[in-house]
Amino acid sequence: MNAFQRMNTALMIDEGKKIFKVSRRAFVDPDILEAERAQIFDKCWLYLGHSSELAKPGDFVTRSVGGRNILFARDGKGNLKAMLNTCPHRGAQVCREKHGSAKSFQCFYHGWVFGLDGTLRSQPGEASYAEDFKERSTSNMQQVARFESYRDLNFICFDKDVESLSDYLGPVKEYLDVICDQAEMGMTIVGGTQEYSMRANWKLLTENSIDGYHALTTHATYLDYLKSATGALAQVAFEGSARDLGKGHAVLEYKAPWGRPVAQWIPSWGEEGKHELTRLYDGLVKRFGKERADRIATFNRNLFIFPNLVINDIMAVTVRTYYPAAPDFMNISAWALAPKEETEWARKYRLFNFLEFLGPGGFATPDDVEALEQCQRGFRNSAEAQWNDISKGMGKENPSYDDELQMRAFWSNWNEHIFRVPA
Amino acid sequence: MSDGVTAMHAIARTDVEDFLFAEAELLDEWRLPEWLELFTDDAIYYVPATDLAVDASPDNNLFYVADDRFRLSERVKRLMKRTAHAEFPHSRTRHLVSNVRIRKQIGDDIEVSSAFITYRTKDGVTDTYFGSNRYRLVPGSGSFRIKEKRCLLDSEGLRAQGRVSIIL
Repeated sequence: MNAFQRMNTALMIDEGKKIFKVSRRAFVDPDILEAERAQIFDKCWLYLGHSSELAKPGDFVTRSVGGRNILFARDGKGNLKAMLNTCPHRGAQVCREKHGSAKSFQCFYHGWVFGLDGTLRSQPGEASYAEDFKERSTSNMQQVARFESYRDLNFICFDKDVESLSDYLGPVKEYLDVICDQAEMGMTIVGGTQEYSMRANWKLLTENSIDGYHALTTHATYLDYLKSATGALAQVAFEGSARDLGKGHAVLEYKAPWGRPVAQWIPSWGEEGKHELTRLYDGLVKRFGKERADRIATFNRNLFIFPNLVINDIMAVTVRTYYPAAPDFMNISAWALAPKEETEWARKYRLFNFLEFLGPGGFATPDDVEALEQCQRGFRNSAEAQWNDISKGMGKENPSYDDELQMRAFWSNWNEHIFRVPA
Repeated sequence: MSDGVTAMHAIARTDVEDFLFAEAELLDEWRLPEWLELFTDDAIYYVPATDLAVDASPDNNLFYVADDRFRLSERVKRLMKRTAHAEFPHSRTRHLVSNVRIRKQIGDDIEVSSAFITYRTKDGVTDTYFGSNRYRLVPGSGSFRIKEKRCLLDSEGLRAQGRVSIIL
């Protein structure tokens, strides 16, 4: 064994020789997945949903988060609640709809009725229960251990002793501010969820979501398309940097030639678009000054929040989260995020842009799915071909957006969670 | 009786079925440039997200696919390239079309619905897509052209299939 090869690690690192390798066992081993469930998904802050999805009291969505079934609802006072979607009586899922609006939640099995905040209101045969039964907190639907928000992004954690969301996010908050500040009235999730899957390990999507290196080859046809569409490209070159934001979080911030609805104009958007984008840009300058306005309007951000949340502010803004169902299978949910006050024109072009690149019917994501599934197939050889290489850009003072610093940030933190030894 | 209704009565369901079966064959044989010729110059092809109302607009809702005629032609161009990695080598598909109904007349056009099951197999994995298609067809010279094709998946999202890299 080499000097840098430690026991109890999935990583092989030698800074001097610029070696950073990840054991392919990490993508295939069921024991690793079990450790991930206990030491990552049960311990870290996980994205639940956006406040705009629950616009008024009574609105709810049900969602699978970290292996649990969560009922996310706005109660009668307007407060957001994250509850375990299980009846305190005998365990049945209380709410069986994906989304909707309710006055109360009723478990159909024995008819227990809960308020929008999960408090037991009534149950058939009340006289047969203890007098103080309804006053007991154990009679109510259980709240998730921790529930906190930042800029309308709501997170939950199943570990009651976890640090605050604010501390967990740290420097990520500044990037969330840059993304959310493109809206004056706040951001909103646009109707429609993209729900898909990949026959690949979930960590492959983490890598892929913040990988600036694969675009030219994996997405050759997307770039062909932009070139053949008249006026779909701005005179802007790919250029930018990557940053390790600590605790496994990372970000790419870069310029790219595609149009941005806030606010990088491309000729195909015509005079109407130019007028609209100038108005948006001028508004940003007025609110934040030219430097920050330029950053908001003309830079793209691929933001990764450990362990499984991606917010990409690119040709549109997508919020994406994903969970393993097995070492070689993940489920993905993706939404479009947009300024609430956006005009019809901007919303239309934002969504047109989104579908061009993003999502399982786009011109790019299906090829990512293919790439990740092919990696997983390649890992069948992992007994012999044991290591992935993510050393690109090691030792650079300013790593480029197409280096692999951000993946090393993820893996180092992942390794700490799984093996409890700093990389 | 208006001319429109007369025209609708003149179109037999079997004519529509023949057209839809021929469309399915072009897709299954990967004759996508010919398939594209079935569409009018202002045609649209939509695959909405599955948690939306059936008549939702892609202007303010997130879809899986919302192509105008230009982007549809680019989709075809892309799928015929070796660098469309998701479909290289091409998957094998079988589009089954059933339950064809002529719904109504819209001016000179007709609205048609059909049920579909499409199998896609590649790399030892077979996926099933199922749902209904809603067409707006423009009758003319013994056949039809497609002005709108809206593909409504019945599945909850694409949890099993992972992608819509083929045309449904």
